[in-house]
Amino acid sequence: MRIVRLRRTAGLIRKEMAQVVRDPSTVLIAFVLPGILLFLFGYGVSLDANRVRLGLVLESTTPEAQSLAAAFQNSRYFETRIARDRRELEEDLVAGKLRGLVIVPATFSETLRSRNASTALQVIADGSEPNTASFVQNYVQGVVANWLTQQSAELGQPRSAAPRVSTEPRVWFNPGLQSRWFLLPGSIAIIMTIIGTLLTALVVAREWERGTMEALMATPISIVELLAGKLIPYYLLGMGSMAVCVIVSVTLFELPFRGSVLTLVVVSSVFLIAMLALGLLISTVTKNQFVASQIALVVGFLPSFLLSGFVFEISSMPEPIQLLTRAIPARYFVNCLQTIFLAGDIRSVLLPNTFALGVIATVLMLLVARKTRRRLD
Amino acid sequence: MANRLLALIIKELLAILRDRRSRMVLIVPPLMQMVIFSFAATLEVKNVSLGILDDDRGQASKELAQRFHGSQTFRHITYLDGVEQIAPLIDSQQAILVVHIEGDFSSKVESGRPAKVQFILDGRRSNAAQIVQGYATRIVNQYGADLAPPSSGGRPPSVELVGRNWFNPNLSYIWFTVPSLVGVLTTLIGLIVTGLSVARERELGTFDQLLVSPLRPFEILLGKTIPAFLLACAEGILILIVAVFVFRVPFNGSVALLIASLAIYLLSVVGVGLFISSLAKTQQQAVLGAFVFMVPAMLLSGFATPVENMPHWLQLVAEANPLKHFMIVVKGIFLKDMPAAVVAANTWPILVIAGITLGGASWFFRSRLE
Repeated sequence: MRIVRLRRTAGLIRKEMAQVVRDPSTVLIAFVLPGILLFLFGYGVSLDANRVRLGLVLESTTPEAQSLAAAFQNSRYFETRIARDRRELEEDLVAGKLRGLVIVPATFSETLRSRNASTALQVIADGSEPNTASFVQNYVQGVVANWLTQQSAELGQPRSAAPRVSTEPRVWFNPGLQSRWFLLPGSIAIIMTIIGTLLTALVVAREWERGTMEALMATPISIVELLAGKLIPYYLLGMGSMAVCVIVSVTLFELPFRGSVLTLVVVSSVFLIAMLALGLLISTVTKNQFVASQIALVVGFLPSFLLSGFVFEISSMPEPIQLLTRAIPARYFVNCLQTIFLAGDIRSVLLPNTFALGVIATVLMLLVARKTRRRLD
Repeated sequence: MANRLLALIIKELLAILRDRRSRMVLIVPPLMQMVIFSFAATLEVKNVSLGILDDDRGQASKELAQRFHGSQTFRHITYLDGVEQIAPLIDSQQAILVVHIEGDFSSKVESGRPAKVQFILDGRRSNAAQIVQGYATRIVNQYGADLAPPSSGGRPPSVELVGRNWFNPNLSYIWFTVPSLVGVLTTLIGLIVTGLSVARERELGTFDQLLVSPLRPFEILLGKTIPAFLLACAEGILILIVAVFVFRVPFNGSVALLIASLAIYLLSVVGVGLFISSLAKTQQQAVLGAFVFMVPAMLLSGFATPVENMPHWLQLVAEANPLKHFMIVVKGIFLKDMPAAVVAANTWPILVIAGITLGGASWFFRSRLE
């Protein structure tokens, strides 16, 4: 009996495999899509603001003002445009061609030499890009501080006293603070979410629409066999996409890989099973490709993009939304991948996160089994 | 002909709106997404967990530690007893920053010698780490500045920076996210409705029925385009109303300009959708096509991270992305009261893209029919 059942399941898997391989769109989802997406994420998503376009309004042309202007022009953080009239540059700020303005007032040199008056520089940042705006404020501060030190050295003036307390930052895991190292593992999690849900959500919804699912159910196979038959081929396909992602990240983008392959395989498997189950659940409930695709987008791509901590910090979100992120599988996977790639096999991070993924996967599988069984009655 | 076309348009609208589930899918998720994502999409750093290792335990080091307690940014502060506790705390992400105060800190501060504070940061979250480092450095610098004795005589030259953020004085992230979401969500709707319309009929076999009707290919095309366009416009306006009245994002510009540019933008999206629709044989392929467009469009739009940060060649690619141009316009009209000339300068590329996508789609559509 058991042998019969085993052979039946094997036959079913073989049938599903053949179906997968023959449908060009599944192969496209599993192998081409992750490559393209990773490429886009790797190059397109970056938080390193280098060469921000800055406007410098020189209302004064004294040597000091010129030397400050040169300091801005030589800075590697800015691409500086100089004008005498602020109105011209203000228009560019509105048009988004500049991200910040620094205004050197006509009284710049006078006040700089004077002991009583203080010199004020106005720094205007484009607040419609909040992250860049705070970069502009910080970088301008840096450039001006450097220029001042240089200036007092040249003039033989008393150096602005060495700071009494200095700081020495050490950044672990990512000494260059490259945002790509932080974003790539998260990108892989998002790509795998898309692929996992899309693979099963669409394919199975199509079977329901065409009525081939009922045909399968009329055969003597059990629910478990049916689900296994659907899951195993897509699981293998999904792991293939994962391998594509990891290989591209490590070779093309030079992302360090400090954990072990075994850990990666285990964690990814649990995550992938959760995503495939989610896809199955969506398609079983909706039985309609239009609705399934919308829901796969709604519960798949966008939440994993915005609520997983991939770019946006979870701890900064309001309390209720932080709670909501706990239901997003990608959140745990992002965390695991960042740790496996950059830090290594750290149990205190990986165990709780994988456990949470396991719970989600189990709940989803049970739901799928229940929904499918109800259909059979 | 007008009658025939009208009948087709009404039929299309009914086909989408009469199905309860597709109706729900069109209205509920966008509004839900708007609410949740507006609050979630923030690059601000708040409620940071911090570790302090005070090897000194003197007067000065306690004072410095106290300053971290006083800051709004740092919520949970853990005190460590030794260097060996740093690694577990950082590794397990219980703290993103450990402040290590060296053993002779107090004596150095008292005797006026330069003292040092070490920061250990978790580089896995590099953006947050960078921002936290900025906050912590400011606290330590302020502490150092407060220590410095009042200088006598020769004052070193100093410059005071007066920072202002135009258009968004408090750098509130919601003001950035909500207008951007107007773009993202309308794209999603326009794309899905048009992308699936032809594919669904083809799959159900009703497309052949349309073909044998007296409608000409061009009319079928219009009949597919106009309802989707109307639906997406209506959704877009609904989302705009929510943005202004629920989220209270300041709306400084002209309503007419925004609606005009929204309409032009949606034309380009509908063009992409139709193109996908006429290419795809099944709905699955259509969804895949919509995805293949949607994800790059979102990534290269400046929504998650600014377009300026991308490598130069990719910025050129982003020029072909209608969403990138539309984002500039939406945010500009909302926050900056962008003048009509600047709006036009950012809208004509969208118009060109719309021409190409709609033209391409109709050519493709017709050549597939014949």
